[in-house]
Amino acid sequence: MTEIIISILILLGGFLSLLGAIGIVRFPDVYGRLHAATKSATLGVISIMLAVFLYFQFIEGVFSGKVLLTIVFVFLTAPVAGFMIARSAYNVGVELSDKSVQDDLKKAINKKGKKARS
Amino acid sequence: MAFQILLNIGLAIIWMLLRQDFSPVEFLIGYVVGLVLLYVLRRFLQFDFYFRRVIAIVKLIFLFLWELILANIDVIKIVLSPKLDIKPGIIAVPTKLKTDWEVTLLASLISLTPGTLSMNFSDDGKTIFVHSIDVPDKEAMIKQIHNSFEKAIMEVTQ
Repeated sequence: MTEIIISILILLGGFLSLLGAIGIVRFPDVYGRLHAATKSATLGVISIMLAVFLYFQFIEGVFSGKVLLTIVFVFLTAPVAGFMIARSAYNVGVELSDKSVQDDLKKAINKKGKKARS
Repeated sequence: MAFQILLNIGLAIIWMLLRQDFSPVEFLIGYVVGLVLLYVLRRFLQFDFYFRRVIAIVKLIFLFLWELILANIDVIKIVLSPKLDIKPGIIAVPTKLKTDWEVTLLASLISLTPGTLSMNFSDDGKTIFVHSIDVPDKEAMIKQIHNSFEKAIMEVTQ
């Protein structure tokens, strides 16, 4: 029973990582690609780690705290990395793809610029 | 809050001493007994019963996991659809949260759910700029963030 759950988790993790890779190729701009790279891959890594933890706990009988810590740190670092990359990309001036329908940040920055100039 | 946890751990240690048994299980039983005592005596303490916050944190974690799964399914649909029919955009999401700590938590949670990625803050920290992979309806999205994550975070911090 536990083996079935572990196999499902590992397959799910592999599938999500694959989707992340496909997403990187298919999305039109930097920001879309970041979505694919940071998110699906994060959940993929986490489900594989969960499977590793369950394997060691129930089949080898070892409590492995390191693996749990890995999950915590992936959760902590992924959003920060995504945030920093997106922000610096925008500040450097990478264009949004032409499919985009909305850009509130540009409006806010323009408004601020006008205030500073006047 | 810190004082109450200390009190609770102290009660658990007294329980272990009384039982002459220093196993983790006994500590857990002592902790639960202490928790019940604190709950019963909460009116005589000058502060709130701290476990209410712990429950709120657990609620937040479960809400987050649920959102994570739902949003992942959405993104899988988008990635695997033969025609990439998306409307990405950047949305300004106003927030009522006050301290830096809360806003950071909200931004991280937004980033971790697929489909949305927090990109920048306004200078006063009252607005988060969120890049979303698909914006069919701007107002609905802002409302959804307000009703799910922001509400849960407010429950934890107040």
